[in-house]
Amino acid sequence: MQDWTRDNGRLVSELEPNEAAVIRGLVGEIRDMLAGRAQQAPQDELAELTGMRTGPSTPPEEGVLARLLPDFIRSDRDTFEPETGEADTAGALRSLHEPELIDHKSGVATTVLETCPERGGTVSLTEDQADSWLTAINDVRLALGTALGISEDFPDEPPRDELQREHYYVYQWLTWVQDSMIQALTS
Amino acid sequence: MTTPAEVENTQVEPEETAASERPWVTIVWNDPVNLMSYVTYVLQKIFGYSQEHATKLMLDVHHKGRAVVSSGSREKVEGDVAKLHAAGLWATMQHDS
Repeated sequence: MQDWTRDNGRLVSELEPNEAAVIRGLVGEIRDMLAGRAQQAPQDELAELTGMRTGPSTPPEEGVLARLLPDFIRSDRDTFEPETGEADTAGALRSLHEPELIDHKSGVATTVLETCPERGGTVSLTEDQADSWLTAINDVRLALGTALGISEDFPDEPPRDELQREHYYVYQWLTWVQDSMIQALTS
Repeated sequence: MTTPAEVENTQVEPEETAASERPWVTIVWNDPVNLMSYVTYVLQKIFGYSQEHATKLMLDVHHKGRAVVSSGSREKVEGDVAKLHAAGLWATMQHDS
């Protein structure tokens, strides 16, 4: 892959077939995970009647999903006294906003799947599509980073485990893809 | 993270503060995955901040562990947090103290 460049307002790059496959595969996995979470939303007749959807009021137990769908109010903070009723508020806010957030993240993933050629080749994006790519690639990086346990002291050495090492290299490559995209968008 | 940061008010709308005694604030927390360039880009895009201001907030997040990126009514801040979550930033809301 080459650096992203700007051409008549569009963002353009070339993808190798395996690069396109990696991006499509991981973005698709995130979309599937989110769809699985959406199915856990409580179903009720009133919601179906009014079209007002509500999501679960508790965070996902799984670490990657929990990172993609954070709480609105921090519950683990040690620097502030939690206020009365904040746990309830956090649940209510999640319930209210999570369906929309899942829609948004699924939407940007769909944009990537629609604009990333299956067998690689030229990718040419409008600025809005590029923003969707940025968000979708960031979601993949958040997922890989969480799964790999990446911290501020990012491991200097690749993990020993073969699968983890592969994920680690993909994570680093996507970091480069994302940064190159931001440089092109802001230049 | 390290030292508790001073809460800084940015972009407080006078009519919004008058409506409630204490405004709500939107906080972005440091995380090891989000790129500095991406955080700056997102803050500019969502709030329309200048590159200089967005960079300052991003550096606060990076060095102090968190930064207040907006404030106002509960509804406004709730919307801001939702937008930041959509972009993948780790954001929460709380009553200004």
